[in-house]
Amino acid sequence: MTEGTEHILEVVKVNKSFHDPVTVPVLKDVSMAVKRGEFVSVTGKSGCGKSTLLYILSTMDTDYEGQVIIDGEPTQGLPGERLSEIRNEKIGFVFQFHYLLNEFSVLKNVMLPGLKLGKFSEEEVENRAMGLLKELQMDDHALKMANQLSGGQKQRVAIARSMINDPLIIMGDEPTGNLDKKNSEIVFDIFQHIASEHKRSLLVVTHDNDFAARTHRIIEMDDGRIVNG
Amino acid sequence: MRLLLSISLTLLRAKMKQSVVAAVGVMFSITMFVTLLGFMNGLNDLLDGLILNRTPHIRLYNELKASPTQPIDLTTDSTTHNFVRNVKPKNELPRLRNAEAMMDALKKDPRVLAVSPRLVAQVFFNVGTVDLNAQVSGIDVTQEVLYYRFADYLTQGDPHDLATSANSIVLGKGLADMMEAGIGETVQVTTATGERAMLRVSGIFQSGIADADKVQCYANIKTVQKLLARPSSYYTDINVKLHDLLEAPEMAKELATRFDVDALDIQTANAQFETGSDVRNIISYAVGVVLLIVAGFGIYNILNMMIYEKLDAIAILKATGFSGSDVRRIFLLLSMIIGIAGGVSGLLGGFALQNVIDNIPFVTAALPTVKTFPIDYSPKYYIIAVTFALLTTWIAGWFPARKASQVDPVEIIRGK
Repeated sequence: MTEGTEHILEVVKVNKSFHDPVTVPVLKDVSMAVKRGEFVSVTGKSGCGKSTLLYILSTMDTDYEGQVIIDGEPTQGLPGERLSEIRNEKIGFVFQFHYLLNEFSVLKNVMLPGLKLGKFSEEEVENRAMGLLKELQMDDHALKMANQLSGGQKQRVAIARSMINDPLIIMGDEPTGNLDKKNSEIVFDIFQHIASEHKRSLLVVTHDNDFAARTHRIIEMDDGRIVNG
Repeated sequence: MRLLLSISLTLLRAKMKQSVVAAVGVMFSITMFVTLLGFMNGLNDLLDGLILNRTPHIRLYNELKASPTQPIDLTTDSTTHNFVRNVKPKNELPRLRNAEAMMDALKKDPRVLAVSPRLVAQVFFNVGTVDLNAQVSGIDVTQEVLYYRFADYLTQGDPHDLATSANSIVLGKGLADMMEAGIGETVQVTTATGERAMLRVSGIFQSGIADADKVQCYANIKTVQKLLARPSSYYTDINVKLHDLLEAPEMAKELATRFDVDALDIQTANAQFETGSDVRNIISYAVGVVLLIVAGFGIYNILNMMIYEKLDAIAILKATGFSGSDVRRIFLLLSMIIGIAGGVSGLLGGFALQNVIDNIPFVTAALPTVKTFPIDYSPKYYIIAVTFALLTTWIAGWFPARKASQVDPVEIIRGK
């Protein structure tokens, strides 16, 4: 975390087109920024480019024009290895489909990105993982296999995993899209808690307007442009 | 790396059945490879040994030759062609002149392992009214036992007996059968020059080559010298065994010019055995390698399937900070674990199967010392097999692993 960087995440004039089968622009001159501790939601109609934008911000999609600056480091054109390191250390992910590794226990799922980072010993990573699971009231399930959990439980484990390396920003792609009202509520509360208590930034793509309305800031997109926010 | 290994192992455990099948494929091919080569080379050694053990690396002797220059060649008239060849081969004994000095010189040569003299004579055995033609070789028994495995080919009797007692003889099996002579019996021998002697049979010899056993017999070299009424320096052959067999052809040439005798090296005398061994080796290696390649395809298939099933896992690993090369290493490790597990159990299986074959009875009249199938337990084949196994699994794992490393996580995550 660089001192004095107000913006955790900055997007400068990002353009992207899909080329198959014909060239269709999906993002047009998108610029935005996310501050530390800010809980931002991105909304818009299906196909407006909000998910595409999220994956560019996540560094997983590198096929775009413009610049994405994460924690003061421009990422355009960085080698894949460095991008992996950035994802590992500075970004946490929560997806619509829970994407846990079914072969591993809940605890191990949470621990994996921490072990990959290698900043802490295995015991420390395990302690941190247990702490996070406890915070999300999932510690009773720590030793279960990932596929023995319900949808809402899986999403909580995914959130714990996204936080294991103390990332600067947590990104979510429709994290409540696949959950019922009650579980959505729980996930929202956890996110809010992360933003206020842990001072982490959150960037969540959602089409759930109730969810969006309760975040600090809504970025509304339409046809590849930011129209509001 | 430890983390990647533990991920590989977890993925492997989740697909235990397929992994075991792949490992068994490798194991089977390694088992067959080791067994096949061990067995094939055991046989090769046996067959080669049949001749090569008994054959000196270099044999020095005098050959009866036509006179190379005829008196008429001395005329200088070059306009005529000479075809008068009047001078016949000299009535020269096939003895080696100055044999003892030659042997002393050879013994000092660092390349030489052993030097043993021989005296070969044509004799007749008188059985009733029939005279059987035979060849008796006078040998230095201790040397022959040490360097030419003489004792291995004695089916009855003790080589020690031949070495110590005068007037004793070892008969070839065919010859002994024809004469109905057993151990301790006396046979009558007539030399080419008409000398007669009574010799006691002290052993029966079986070389594995039936024709040779009908005419060949052995006696102490002193006995043969006495039989022929020759002095104790009278030898017809000097057999040389070298430390390195491959030096034989070159050294044979050198000795031939140095001592002015004929010298025959083992490669020239037995070229066909080398060729036979080589061809058998090539065949067994080819079969072994084909087996391994088939096992490699098995691994390739299973890994490919596993990667398709695990696209989600690969995407999530990449999203959470594992790089493409991490993913490649995970799958490569997975393949190598299968290869190592299969390879090691294959070696054990191969050793077990070799043992089984080694205990199957194999009795043949031609090979008196052989009771079971021969096996060559040389660690060389184990090393080759394991190297090949690791190489094949590495290659078989590399392509699917590369594919896994190139998986685009966005496509997987968004595509759902």
